[in-house]
Amino acid sequence: MDFTSTVSLKVNGQPYQLTLDNRTTLLDALREHLHLTGTKKGCDHGQCGACTVIADGRRINSCLSLALMHEGDEITTIEGLGQPENMHAMQSAFVRHDGFQCGYCTPGQICSSVAVLQEIATGIPSHVTEDLTGTIALTPEEVRERMSGNICRCGAYSNILDAIFEVAEGTP
Amino acid sequence: MRAFTYERATSVQEAANLVAAYPNAKFIAGGTNLLDLMKLEIERPARLIDVNGLELDRIEATPEGGLRIGALVRNTDLAAHDTVRRDYGLLSRALLAGASGQLRNRATTAGNLLQRTRCPYFYDTNQPCNKRNPGSGCAAIDGFSRQHAVVGVSDACIATHPSDMAIAMRALDATIETVKGDGTGRTIPITDFYRLPGETPHIETVLEHGEIITAVVLPPPVGGRQVYRKVRDRASYAFALVSIGAVVQSDGTGRIAVGGVAHKPWRSEEAEAELANGPGRAAAVLMADARPTEQNRFKVDLVERMVAAIFTEARG
Repeated sequence: MDFTSTVSLKVNGQPYQLTLDNRTTLLDALREHLHLTGTKKGCDHGQCGACTVIADGRRINSCLSLALMHEGDEITTIEGLGQPENMHAMQSAFVRHDGFQCGYCTPGQICSSVAVLQEIATGIPSHVTEDLTGTIALTPEEVRERMSGNICRCGAYSNILDAIFEVAEGTP
Repeated sequence: MRAFTYERATSVQEAANLVAAYPNAKFIAGGTNLLDLMKLEIERPARLIDVNGLELDRIEATPEGGLRIGALVRNTDLAAHDTVRRDYGLLSRALLAGASGQLRNRATTAGNLLQRTRCPYFYDTNQPCNKRNPGSGCAAIDGFSRQHAVVGVSDACIATHPSDMAIAMRALDATIETVKGDGTGRTIPITDFYRLPGETPHIETVLEHGEIITAVVLPPPVGGRQVYRKVRDRASYAFALVSIGAVVQSDGTGRIAVGGVAHKPWRSEEAEAELANGPGRAAAVLMADARPTEQNRFKVDLVERMVAAIFTEARG
């Protein structure tokens, strides 16, 4: 019986080969094995969104995915989006708009925000999209609905929305 | 989480064989529900067969004019597919009403169908639950049952099926294609796919151990106004109290499948025949055998009001 396996994946552009207990989630692989602790463990059950990362261009809950299921994938975490001296536009906008208080949900919020704008741009509809076959308008309602998988217990939602709109409109 | 062995299947038949060979083996695709339950040790597979590498992620037209949806098509991709948006709007709407953007990016078509209930007593391993631990009893029946089933219930279980997508699939008369460990395959109409709880609520579908879903097939589009309406405790990212997937034709006939009220998507041909006598009458027939608790009696009224509203608005 072999309870460990090997997986090769790229994280923030860097290739890794890891031998892991099969039970290791992508979240734990990032935090405990690669020491990329920007991605946060909140509920560990896919309810809070703190663990959101971007896998092959799509945001996912890293807590509900085994690391082994990401063979060959390219993972982007908050560290890969930007660094303090070279921040991603969304990170700068969160700072400018005070899109957080305690900051624990913030890496997940930012990864999700970046992916949400991409999803709207590529025409993926949402629950509040009125016309399924029409173009999707960038409205507060659309962004709120799409961000519902990221919980902020400090309640910074209105500032998060402002930050996302600033990036979407390209006007700081 | 219990330890398990892990293998990546390279063909459908290999996947079916690997699971069929071990009583405690399971397929894993998106993993969004299974891993959650494994962390709580509600699911305890000793062997996981990862099917993500199987090429079951295509959506293609069928010769009959319908759509064949690969088992591994992610919920996001299915909801956003042009043909689905245009011809099966009900399916897009149902998918988009469920879960979060992150979960829809991982969750698969087959996995969505096979989701397990979110009954809080099923999730709480300190409580008796006939679904989690057959024969241990049901804590929900005399517990907090506001969210639970009102029709098709048994004395053993009042859990609901949580899927939004399955409600649309039921309204659209989807069929489910499978392959078994012995190499045979079959096509199961969704009306025959789910079981009512009865005395064995832990057996939720007619699938055999090791039988893998390869595709879900939609018949040609039925037209009409397609509506998915979901009533829940918050505006987004919550399971339904009651949801209704409806197809409303201009002559007032149509289809009604209801979620949040039963162990499976709830639909009846007798109820739809009653649409000729008005949506209220149809809803009454649909819920005729309801056995609600004091706490979830409101769902019976809610179904009636939602059906009436949908049919009135769609024809207005």
